[in-house]
Amino acid sequence: MVKDPRLPDPLSWQTFSVGLWKENPVFVMLLGLCPVLAVTNTAMNALAMGLATTFVLVCSGVIVSLLRKVIPKQVRIASYIIIIATFVTITDYAIQAISLDLYKALGAFIQLIVVNCVILGRAEGYASKNPLANAFINALGMGVGFTFALLCLGVVREVLGSGSLFGIDLFGSSFQPWAVFVLPPGGFFVLAFWLFVFAVFRKRQQRIKTAQQEVADAA
Amino acid sequence: MSEETFNNQPSMPSSKALILTLGMIAMMSGLLVVLTYQLTKPIIEKNKQEALQKAITSVLPDAAVSKSYQLDENGLTLLEEGQTANDEKNAVYAGYDAAGNLSGLAMVSSARGYQDIVKVLYGYNLNTRGVIGITVLQSTETPGLGDKISSDPGFLANFEGDGLDVGLNEDGSQVINKIHTVKNGQKENPWQIDGISGATVTSTAVGAGLGESTSRMLPLLNKFKDALPAQLQQ
Repeated sequence: MVKDPRLPDPLSWQTFSVGLWKENPVFVMLLGLCPVLAVTNTAMNALAMGLATTFVLVCSGVIVSLLRKVIPKQVRIASYIIIIATFVTITDYAIQAISLDLYKALGAFIQLIVVNCVILGRAEGYASKNPLANAFINALGMGVGFTFALLCLGVVREVLGSGSLFGIDLFGSSFQPWAVFVLPPGGFFVLAFWLFVFAVFRKRQQRIKTAQQEVADAA
Repeated sequence: MSEETFNNQPSMPSSKALILTLGMIAMMSGLLVVLTYQLTKPIIEKNKQEALQKAITSVLPDAAVSKSYQLDENGLTLLEEGQTANDEKNAVYAGYDAAGNLSGLAMVSSARGYQDIVKVLYGYNLNTRGVIGITVLQSTETPGLGDKISSDPGFLANFEGDGLDVGLNEDGSQVINKIHTVKNGQKENPWQIDGISGATVTSTAVGAGLGESTSRMLPLLNKFKDALPAQLQQ
């Protein structure tokens, strides 16, 4: 696994899937937790936030990758921030144009995408060292992974906290919603639950892998 | 890590190159942002108009068309399309039904809630002299508790029928009874709002905002009512 990070990655399925599972920004790297906790009170908000972040991630990744040989090392962070901020502003206007209700629900967190460490992390750690196609696919994978993580939280919180999914009532009027799940503490509970689930999964996978290794070694 | 990268640099590029790169990137960024702003501006304006129109229809069920006015000590003035009142609190939206008759007025009230200002658009029925409906324009109240002001059936029942009584005194200079919120289940008079238990602060804020707005706007409205056409001119 250890390789010089300055060497470009060969383009493969790994380039995309790494963001989904092995380096999932939320469940593995624990980055960008602010929107993860704040705007996952409904599945719709989670999806919108995930898509907005993915858009910024992909666009800034592409531009950073294109300009990677032009931007001097000394001003790279400043340049990345400008590029990211540009796309965040574009997203901000776009969401206002698409739906004001959605814009109200997401509140300040659209603007705060600019300080989401996943995006700067990808720009600095991947896009600035890899060709366009790799940067695009990797950013897309990270975005999908981030959206997936947000949805994991959003679905659980909306179903338990409001008794609905994507605004559609699931249980009828007899269901007493568990209001704590749409409140901030609920975000922490659900995040902890998912982290636990994913940690168990990863442990198990690792165990299987070592067992297989042992079998192979013995044979 | 950064130290390592710096050591790898053969030589420091001139500051001119640095400034040029940043300048170019900033210029491109500015261009993109302005382009998006120009493209989305009309759509956003339209969305805002539609949202306002929807809010007006929800507090004045009969209204098909609405006209915006500005009402303050200087009088009632019609606002042209695209114009907004000098202060949102001074805006009056007159709703006309399909036949062109004045069906009611919608006004904005605001007061501090639990988290931030709670801004409410309310409908005023000219015949019953009552507040007949509210819709929340802006609120960051706690979901599940404070946001009940837009869903709690018991709370919304306050505005049913003739609505909250905001009749004026004989010379029309002030509201006889100012609207206020009482504890859940203790409503006795038609100018009191039955609060929500569990959302006391927010429901009190709605009452305070309505009380402030009605006691300020309705006497003014009474004074300048001749400027308000009862029929919509075609």
